[in-house]
Amino acid sequence: MSVSQVVSPVRTGDASGDRIQRYSLGERVNHWIGGLFYIYCLVTGLGFWSPYMFWMVVLVGGGPAARFWHPWLGLVFFASVCWMCKLWFRDMVITPEDRAWHAAIDHYIRNEDEDLPPIWRFNWGQKIFFWLMFYGAILLLISGCGLWWVESIPWSLRWLRYLSVTVHVTAALATIGGFIIHVYMGTAMVRGGFTSIIRGEVSAAWAKTHHRLWYEQVRKGTAGRE
Amino acid sequence: MSQATLAIRRISGHAGPAPGAGVERAEQVCKLVDTTTCIGCKACEVACLEWNGYAFSQTTFNNSYQTMPTTSWNYWNLIKFNEHEREDGALMLLMRKDQCMHCAEPGCLAACPADGAIVQYTNGIVDFQQQNCIGCGYCVSGCPFDIPKFNSNTKKMFKCTLCSDRVSEGLEPACIKSCPTGCLHFGTKDDMTFLAEKRAQQLRENFGMEKAGVYDPQGVGGTGVIYVLHDVSNPEAYGGLPKDPYIPWVVQFWKGPAKWIGNLAMLGGIIGVTLHYLRFGPKQVNGWKHKEGGKP
Ligand code: HEM
Ligand code: SF4
Repeated sequence: MSVSQVVSPVRTGDASGDRIQRYSLGERVNHWIGGLFYIYCLVTGLGFWSPYMFWMVVLVGGGPAARFWHPWLGLVFFASVCWMCKLWFRDMVITPEDRAWHAAIDHYIRNEDEDLPPIWRFNWGQKIFFWLMFYGAILLLISGCGLWWVESIPWSLRWLRYLSVTVHVTAALATIGGFIIHVYMGTAMVRGGFTSIIRGEVSAAWAKTHHRLWYEQVRKGTAGRE
Repeated sequence: MSQATLAIRRISGHAGPAPGAGVERAEQVCKLVDTTTCIGCKACEVACLEWNGYAFSQTTFNNSYQTMPTTSWNYWNLIKFNEHEREDGALMLLMRKDQCMHCAEPGCLAACPADGAIVQYTNGIVDFQQQNCIGCGYCVSGCPFDIPKFNSNTKKMFKCTLCSDRVSEGLEPACIKSCPTGCLHFGTKDDMTFLAEKRAQQLRENFGMEKAGVYDPQGVGGTGVIYVLHDVSNPEAYGGLPKDPYIPWVVQFWKGPAKWIGNLAMLGGIIGVTLHYLRFGPKQVNGWKHKEGGKP
């Protein structure tokens, strides 16, 4: 599209040369705020989850401090997810290309990337992870408020107390599952991914391999679709 | 009870066996509340505050004699007043001393995530150790009697201690000491059960209360506070005493099988990605020449 969108820091790339901008500064800051506060909630939450993991709570300042901060920093995590939605909502809609890619996901798992259909800025797995975190954050927030003010839930509505525990634990475990895969892929598996979310850049070859439609868009200078 | 370890086992230069040798002490303590002789004077409420050093709180008037709607973090002992119409139309004022029941299977203790915040002594008393409490409120969800109460200033949970400090010195709880009608008794669980059953029998045989009986709910393994009720088939009439209390299923599942399922799932995830790495390794792009027009 227009030149301004090519150089705009948001969701576009500077296609000149070998390096392509994949994430704007705002996107990176957002990602790391979300990541940091998710990890804090994870570490403290796991401490409350099991006595065998309570030492993690001790590491971040002890039980009472963790109990005090977990819900508040959970709110910060939730806010970062809202911001992330603003940045990525459109990019994360599942497209027909994603469905074709998903049908061929075995090739992705086996690192046979040359046999995969081309995709846009994010692949099906990344999008699923986004939606997992999106719905997970909403459920964690609502159920977390139930745990936060458990005594304010009247005795006659005590099923809400039990529901809060169930939903919070289930949503936490679901996001943890996604989180394990996300961290593994971002650090060990997809080389170049970790640098991209820190420095914001990927190589042209990387973009071409993993997100060919997006790469071509960037090359044509139309990355900011619509 | 605390002196049990100092019972004499052997004595030097003593003719015959040590006095009291072989005697077994029942360690389990119990409070017996006979609701049929309670007059609602609230002496026990005051004694509880006095012994535990709390000031009298503002009362809530709600067209009843009851001091406030429920116990609170600094008000552990509350007489619940309930107007009840008997089947024959007679009006009864039911009065029940509400406090921690000291369950043999305490739901609060099962739910609590903090090391040492709740303990159960061998004498059966369930006690909160506020220095270890993190204020998470899980005990509130675990308790079938709605007893633990949160102090939002100190962020700690509180409830009746059954005067563990007094009991360990061989004294009876403060509430027992203050009761003017003798409706409160304290002793071993065996003795209190015996006394309670005897009283219930008396009520059935001599006072025409066919449904009189003892409330010692087995769903929580029996309790360290037992009631004699005029009508044991309807404990709810006494200010919501649950008929068949048990630790909520969700809490039992959460603190039991869910731990295994969750931990195995998390471990499975970590092992899974590790195996993937060992089998397939990383996706390298650098130096890899892209095959033009890969399969669509
Ligand atoms: C969105 C805002 C959130 C709120 C308001 C919230 C609130 C709470 C509260 C009040 C508790 C009870 C103990 C405590 O306070 O620490 C709790 C427990 C927990 N939270 Fe959160 N939380 C939130 C987000 C999260 C996130 C992002 C995670 C990440 C996995 C998480 C994982 C957990 C876990 C695992 C537990 C322990 C459950 C157990 O003891 O079995 N929470 N949460
Ligand atoms: S509030 Fe305190 S006593 Fe209650 S479950 Fe949490 S740590 Fe245990």
